[in-house]
Amino acid sequence: MTPFTYARADAPDAAVRLGEGGARFLGGGTNLIDLMRERVEAPGALVDVSGLSQAIEETAEGSLLIGAGVRNTALAEHGLVRTRYPLVTRAIVAGASAQIRNMATVGGNLMQRTRCTYFYDVEGSRCNKRSPGEGCDARGGFNRIHAILGASEACVATHPSDLCVALAALDAVVHVEGAGGARTIPFGNFHLLPGETPDRETALEPGELIKAVELPPLPIAAHSRYRKVRDRASYAFALISVAAALRVEGGKVAEVRLALGGVAHRPWRAHAAEAALVGAPASEASFLAAADAELVGAVPLRDNAFKIELARRTIAAVLSDLSEAGA
Amino acid sequence: MALIVNGIEAPPPADPRVSLLDFLREHLHLTGTKVGCNQGACGACTVIVDGRRVLSCLTLAVQADGASVTTIEGLGTPTALHPLQAAFVEHDGLQCGYCTPGQICSAVAMVEELRRGVPSNVTADVAAQAIAATREELRERMSGNLCRCGAHNGIIAAIEDAFGLETAA
Repeated sequence: MTPFTYARADAPDAAVRLGEGGARFLGGGTNLIDLMRERVEAPGALVDVSGLSQAIEETAEGSLLIGAGVRNTALAEHGLVRTRYPLVTRAIVAGASAQIRNMATVGGNLMQRTRCTYFYDVEGSRCNKRSPGEGCDARGGFNRIHAILGASEACVATHPSDLCVALAALDAVVHVEGAGGARTIPFGNFHLLPGETPDRETALEPGELIKAVELPPLPIAAHSRYRKVRDRASYAFALISVAAALRVEGGKVAEVRLALGGVAHRPWRAHAAEAALVGAPASEASFLAAADAELVGAVPLRDNAFKIELARRTIAAVLSDLSEAGA
Repeated sequence: MALIVNGIEAPPPADPRVSLLDFLREHLHLTGTKVGCNQGACGACTVIVDGRRVLSCLTLAVQADGASVTTIEGLGTPTALHPLQAAFVEHDGLQCGYCTPGQICSAVAMVEELRRGVPSNVTADVAAQAIAATREELRERMSGNLCRCGAHNGIIAAIEDAFGLETAA
């Protein structure tokens, strides 16, 4: 690692002040420390914000406000999360290992960077995300784990988070603070598609800090699932994942939330599938048709065409599960 | 400020680049904690910080300043083994032994998570307050600790034995 200074801040305003001038905020370190050791990142200053709020509070409006310093394990085991938003608990426990979940913070989870192997290969590969304008060796390389939706000529990387797929389905709200004050960002606008600037991954302005994530009240979230398909049964990133919540009335889909992981540069909210589903019979045929509506724009690379069919089947399986379990 | 390592105060390193893993091994000469992948993929470096199992390779030592760190040296000694260390011997929970300190630190904290009711990826009902210590649960909860010798059956048997867990196969 190249040398850096280290400071701790337990309050957002102090962290923002300490972060002025290009410091990186450090949460649990499970991604950033690794990236620094691999020389993908070389910040001159770290501001440790893992001591930010670790509270999970219910607001007067019925939202759940999750402090950015809440550890993944603490979020997964919280009573209201387990009962009101089981897909959040399911997404977290599907990710990483228990040790990493004990370290990782909610704020840091949103800021995770891709596990594209070419992004990590500083000495041997070209990467527009790491070195803008350099080129992308993944597009013509080994790209089994890469994107099928929303990719660009410049970048075919995927977002690695499980939690963020659940948050996308729930229309979470990200509370941030910067030198210019505090604001909120709808989750659907937080992560960006790569376009021409894959080095720009979120809507955060330089120096802005995540201080909380809000889960809005959403009764159908109590009936929700997260399913992750991966190369081994535990401790692996998703090839495809599906977060879904479903309400069926009189045999028809009354309300649905659907998001995909492992398919794009950001957690992928499946708006086209949702639109196709509302009012349709709650049947496997409808679920497959909705999946097709979402995946019609999917573009496979050399090694990842299997993801399209895998996503299609996983979407249908998760919605069928929810429907049969009494949506 | 200081780190409390196995009950003894240690001032943090001057260079913030030093990982907790290197601090334990190279500065404090507590070489029981092992360097495996050094990138968060194997669990060999697992230690317990303020009661939680974490990876010391991805923790900066300065991040643990003020915290209480327990390593394998703090759990047992050659003449007074921790019950889980004795159970690993009894059940052949190792061959080469390199992953063993991480396995044991991980399992000691894992059992507390289980008793607290933390759900896992194989928990059928995540809303349930109590979780049965099935063998499937133990395997999933220990998946962050790789053993290339393949001693997993012995490891799970040792955990069941040491903590009196009654599991269904």
